[in-house]
Amino acid sequence: MSAHESSSEVHAVGSTRLFVLVWVWLAVITFIEVFLAYERLRPDLMLSLLVVLSIVKAALIVSYFMHLKYEKIGLALLIIPSTIFCICMIIIFFMPDGARLMQMRLGH
Amino acid sequence: MAETKTVVGVPVSSPWSGGGSPFAINSKKFGMWLFIVSDTLTFAALLLAYTYSRLANPNWPRPFEIYPAIAKSTLMTVVLLASSLTMVLGVAAAHRNDRAKTVRWLLATALGGIIFTVLHLTEWFNLFREGYTPWSTPQGVPLFGATFFGITGLHMTHVTIGVIYLIIMSVGYGKGKFTSDDVEVSGLYWHFVDLVWMFVFPMIYLMSVNLAG
Repeated sequence: MSAHESSSEVHAVGSTRLFVLVWVWLAVITFIEVFLAYERLRPDLMLSLLVVLSIVKAALIVSYFMHLKYEKIGLALLIIPSTIFCICMIIIFFMPDGARLMQMRLGH
Repeated sequence: MAETKTVVGVPVSSPWSGGGSPFAINSKKFGMWLFIVSDTLTFAALLLAYTYSRLANPNWPRPFEIYPAIAKSTLMTVVLLASSLTMVLGVAAAHRNDRAKTVRWLLATALGGIIFTVLHLTEWFNLFREGYTPWSTPQGVPLFGATFFGITGLHMTHVTIGVIYLIIMSVGYGKGKFTSDDVEVSGLYWHFVDLVWMFVFPMIYLMSVNLAG
């Protein structure tokens, strides 16, 4: 916890080199996504792959650019599980039906 | 409370004994995080509703040709990511109390936001010319127009507000009206706008690329 005692110490974390590296990774994942879009995959498989890659990007942005990795762990524990829980609740209501309609439309 | 430490100028005891600032951040930053959580849920609900319609509809339009739509939206993604990088460097400069550099990085970030918005608007007008409007599409699936323009429009509104916010912040910080913590809070907002686009781009554009074109 000592790293969090003064704000100047907290903000010293993260060099320009690290930020540029994170940015390069974000750009690389973006291009992987674009290439993936031109593979003729089933829509549900395509969607899952794209969303997983996007979650990786979101995690990079939140932890390094938004600095959450260097805040007290309590802040991340407050924000992330509650958000994921709420999104899962929406998914539970919507997605099984969406997948069922997709199966009907594809004629399986 | 035998002794009181202070973190970021706020008195703290243990987080579990009602310490003044359990997360050791100032209240503006905490407020911004709570706003980000609520806005995340807004976009999550919209994108999930869109995805539901996308999967369930038999003749969902796939209007995005490799050029201009996909090339342009990929470029927009890179521009927005680059503006996040300049924002992070601006926040780092602010914490080093380097005012001149901070102002320059913040203005570069705002410029990235303006480029993004202009590219996005040309992309919108291109779609208008092809017959896609918020209430109709050539394929007769008005839901596509409503959801596409609704979500991208809401995101564009966020970018526009962010640009205004950053310009105010750079001018104010240059004059010494704001502190480096305020710059960091504006950075949180900007990164969030970037983060939302990381989901809008694959779930809307990449899910509907025109494979024939």
